[in-house]
Amino acid sequence: MTDAGFIPNVEESLTVHAEKAMIDPPTGQVVMTLRDVAVAFAGRTAVRDVTFDVCAGEVTALIGPSGSGKTTLLRALNRMHDAERSAVVTGTIRLGDLDVYGPDTDATLLRSRVGMVFQRPNPFPTMSIYDNAVAGLRFNGVRKKALLDDAAESALIAAALWDSVKDRLKANGGTLSGGEQQRLCIARALAVEPEVLLMDEPTSALDPIATKRIEELVGELKDRVTIVIVTHNMQQAMRVSDRCAFLLMGEDKAGGLIEFGPTSRLFSEPSDPRTLDYVNGRFG
Amino acid sequence: MTDVLDAPADPILERRQAVQAAAASSLRRRKLGSRLALGVCWACLLIAVIPLVAVVVYVVAKGLPAWNVDFFTQPTKPEGIAGGGVSNAIVGTVVITVIAVVVAVPFGLLCGLFLAESDGRFATTLRFTADVMTGIPSITVGIFGYIAIVRNFNAYSGFAGAFAIGFIMLPVIIRAGETAFRGVPRSLNEAAMALGARRATVARRVVVPTALPGVITGVLLAVARGLGETAPLLLTIFGNQYLQWNPSKTMEALPILIYNYSSQPYADLVQVAWGAALLLMVVVLVLSIGSRLLANHLGKVRR
Amino acid sequence: MTTVDLPPPARTGRRRSLPDNGYKGMLVVVALLVAALAIWFLIAIVIQAKPAFSTLGVGWIFGKTWNPSHGQYGLLPFILGTIESTAIAVALAFPVGLGTAVALAYLVPDRLRPVLSTMVELLAAVPSVVYGLWGLIVLAPVFASTVEPFLTSVLGWTGLFDGPNRGVGLLLAGVILFIMILPTMVAISRDVLAVVPYEQVEGAMALGATRWQVLRKVVLPAARTGILGAFTLATGRALGETVAVALVIGNSPYIAHSIKSPAATIPSLIVNNFGESTGTELSALFGAGLVLLVIGILVNSAARWLVWSTGNDSAGVGIGR
Repeated sequence: MTDAGFIPNVEESLTVHAEKAMIDPPTGQVVMTLRDVAVAFAGRTAVRDVTFDVCAGEVTALIGPSGSGKTTLLRALNRMHDAERSAVVTGTIRLGDLDVYGPDTDATLLRSRVGMVFQRPNPFPTMSIYDNAVAGLRFNGVRKKALLDDAAESALIAAALWDSVKDRLKANGGTLSGGEQQRLCIARALAVEPEVLLMDEPTSALDPIATKRIEELVGELKDRVTIVIVTHNMQQAMRVSDRCAFLLMGEDKAGGLIEFGPTSRLFSEPSDPRTLDYVNGRFG
Repeated sequence: MTDVLDAPADPILERRQAVQAAAASSLRRRKLGSRLALGVCWACLLIAVIPLVAVVVYVVAKGLPAWNVDFFTQPTKPEGIAGGGVSNAIVGTVVITVIAVVVAVPFGLLCGLFLAESDGRFATTLRFTADVMTGIPSITVGIFGYIAIVRNFNAYSGFAGAFAIGFIMLPVIIRAGETAFRGVPRSLNEAAMALGARRATVARRVVVPTALPGVITGVLLAVARGLGETAPLLLTIFGNQYLQWNPSKTMEALPILIYNYSSQPYADLVQVAWGAALLLMVVVLVLSIGSRLLANHLGKVRR
Repeated sequence: MTTVDLPPPARTGRRRSLPDNGYKGMLVVVALLVAALAIWFLIAIVIQAKPAFSTLGVGWIFGKTWNPSHGQYGLLPFILGTIESTAIAVALAFPVGLGTAVALAYLVPDRLRPVLSTMVELLAAVPSVVYGLWGLIVLAPVFASTVEPFLTSVLGWTGLFDGPNRGVGLLLAGVILFIMILPTMVAISRDVLAVVPYEQVEGAMALGATRWQVLRKVVLPAARTGILGAFTLATGRALGETVAVALVIGNSPYIAHSIKSPAATIPSLIVNNFGESTGTELSALFGAGLVLLVIGILVNSAARWLVWSTGNDSAGVGIGR
């Protein structure tokens, strides 16, 4: 626990961890910090040695070949591993001054501050478009119709969906196309007004046109929510992200953080030779 | 957030605060409600499991004392007379079940094979009919057994009982058979046919062995079901206090005996009923659990 | 079967050699025989029931008195008894069954799940006559001495609990039926709940929903149709049950005016009177069997359609999808 609720001096603590991975110190305000985060399932480590900061108003991408633990790490940020009995998360994750895995932290409350969009669009099939959009609000106890309507409209506009659905808000959520469904899921997550939005390969199940729209959306949204996105597509990472964390599976079959820094630097002059190999497509 | 985005960020920040306020204030209520509801579900599970334990415990406790040598070797005797048993009921049950199985299983499996290999209108109707047949009340099946056999031959008989039990077993076997045969991968069929085998050979050499686990399970379950049926027997075999192996005569069966003796005011008869109930229950449970274990085991072997 | 008459490998399966036709033909014959059996069943019952309808008209089904020695044949008490005992069973089985299914599908640890599921399903394996015996000899006294007085004191104001505490009666029959149909309700509901895509559950959790909120707003609505199918199937089973009910329902041919009253159902009527009846009475019993058949088939078909339409095969419908 720190005093006055401030995050500990970031630069200092980062230098301590710098020898484990090449990490650039952050600029701007930090929204989430990760220190020595590791996730293990039934004793077998899936990802380890993750230390970096997530800066406000930016898009941070988790990149790396498959098996490097990107999704596992992402899901640790909103405690999705709580549902898995054999999962153990170590290290420290902070959202502002809140210890995400602290004994007094409630997971459901945390998730109203850290939202998530999944790989395959998962709108609730028994609910209308409107009900889908406000589902998160209702789960969190919001009842006032004015607030619900407001939030729904704002979120649907932000997800670039409002114009096509505003006249059929009562229609079933399943009547939308794949790309539209994903945008509905984004709207659903946005309506709760989270501080951070986690996106787990949100375009990998979509066609190229829908993918492009969502990538544009990510750029538009980052002022509203800080975004952490997992992508296996390097070009996508280059297009949408401000910072990247490159993860790679080690010899112990666990993923680890190799390098973290601004996207432009990582892709042009990375510090670690493995990063260089990856961004040059030498392995996928 | 930087100061530049003051005006547009405001409604968002306001909403965020409103949402967080609502979330925080409702948290306790939501969590409590969740705990309560899930606790009720656990309670329901308990309620579901208790009767099974209770029934089994009672039947064992009351039935086991009735099990002695006489019980298995002597036929039923009227109340007050010592040394009675249920041998006539055991024999009757066995004979009737065997006949029912011998007739229903081949017909049922062949019909299941037919349904697995055909898709026309007739097949669809037949499949629907088989499904409906599983829902026919067992007493009505008993009535049919009475009309079809007892009436026509002017006598209650073991055959009539076997007919009724077989009728109940048939749709179960058809359904299980069809599912098992459909489970055989198309590729196996096609490979065999590509090698030039006739359809009958394919069926015999490929389909049947692959489907065997599912078939056996289905048959065992059908037998377990048939053993537990009482109503059809009540209308068809009439009961017999003597040991009778001939199915063309009236016979006794375990379910009938239990039914008749349950409401008797004589303690020794009720005791016999418990003993018979234990026997029947043990056999049916063993068959049910056994078929399940067999299905798991054979399923694993296949891999 | 030798390889002498194999067609050359180059040809496709279109050409059928005679033995193939024989095989296919045999299957068709068997299928036709099964179909014929079903038709024979229908015709036989209808024909035997016909005399009752030609002598008594159709209204007798709704008559209130069953007294063959006075020539009175009224099925209403038995229809009501059937419906009422089933209603009690289903009213209990629906919530308890659903709760148990939720517990099995989502709450129970993975190691315990097979054991507990099997235990609930084994309830279905106990022969119905054993339930009847147990209900009559073990439960009835408990009902008479403890359960019924308690319920009367708590719920007597509803007017449904008048009369002496006999033990046997509609209430006991309903409870025994409840135990017997519980495994049906649980097994199908559990399977239907389990196939709700986990990504729906995760999506709701990620928004900040509690476990119950996820179940109530996402999982249960998605499983709605299948659960309804389970419910209907369980109802069908309760309607057709004979001996367990006959042993504990008290067998009174009058319309029950209280939950504790003895009553009778159509199956118990038939099973109790079949042996000694002749002529019109016998035909009336056939007619009763026909009425029961129609009810049973309707309910069962509705159930299978509901379960089938969710693409779920747990009812053993056998549609190989």
